[in-house]
Amino acid sequence: MTRFLLPLGAFALLVVVLIVGLRHAPEKNIIPSPLIGKSAPQFALQNLSDGHSPVSAALLRGHWSLVNVWGTWCPECRAEHEALLQIKREGQVPIIGIDWKDADDEAQAWLSQLGNPYSTVGTDHDGRVAIDWGVYAAPESFLINPDGVVVYKVIGAMTAEIWHQKCLPLIQARSMPATQAGSGS
Amino acid sequence: MRGVRLAYALLGMSTLLAALPAMAVDNVPPLPTPQLQQRYYQLTHELRCMQCQNEALADSPVGLAADLRLQVRELLIAGQTDEQIRQHMVDRYSEFILFRPRMNWRNAWLWGAPGVLMLVGVVVAWRVIRSRSQLVDSEEADPNAESLNS
Repeated sequence: MTRFLLPLGAFALLVVVLIVGLRHAPEKNIIPSPLIGKSAPQFALQNLSDGHSPVSAALLRGHWSLVNVWGTWCPECRAEHEALLQIKREGQVPIIGIDWKDADDEAQAWLSQLGNPYSTVGTDHDGRVAIDWGVYAAPESFLINPDGVVVYKVIGAMTAEIWHQKCLPLIQARSMPATQAGSGS
Repeated sequence: MRGVRLAYALLGMSTLLAALPAMAVDNVPPLPTPQLQQRYYQLTHELRCMQCQNEALADSPVGLAADLRLQVRELLIAGQTDEQIRQHMVDRYSEFILFRPRMNWRNAWLWGAPGVLMLVGVVVAWRVIRSRSQLVDSEEADPNAESLNS
């Protein structure tokens, strides 16, 4: 009896392992961010629009926000630009841009040509802030809750689909019980 | 005459080839002490370049790797331990950045698997050997076995 059960059991185990592997295959290249569930990293950047009036993590408190790391040198950022403009039009969250290792004049030209989806853009010339955010390939976007905690990260181009199916439900799920739990937080 | 020229050309080429390893990606000035330089060398070889994921920081030509090497250098000079520097990177980029993963409860089964497999092998081998030895005994006891084999 064990003569059959043992190989059968081993085979079943192998099948389970392979199925789990196949199901996770699409996320194979996505490295989960250790920042999720933690406070957004502190930062202070120059403002792209005027060169001063610092852009900092203080902007991320009291409301939901989307932090988007981009650069004019990044083709995928061009691809997601329309989706960002759409999110801006929908008006649920301000988008804070971190312009990663970019030239200010090129970034300004990009925004005036393609439209500006950002409420504020900070310029990360030496790339230190991007490293603190664990960014390894632009574009990357972080959904931040009103407590300033990172809730979700999108690696690669933001799309209307990701925004509506992954990000918005997180915002809605939290804002509903928030009225009762408000005193606790 | 031609032979001599050829020999010179070959010598020149091989000298250039021998110098190739010196054309490293990381060509910043060395750290102030040999000890720091040694630790810098080790750390940049055991941290992964997140952008081109199968290369070490030390070998990767991308901008992000250069920025991360700079951070390693600054943290070393600031007096942080190797473990603190590793943790600094893990806090930002997850354990994926370590080429040598740490043991934790999630991967403990992987670390334990060779031992478990070994144990299973020993048990199986022991049972097979025992049943075979019983087989030989019973064959010898059976007078018909001899005639069947021949």
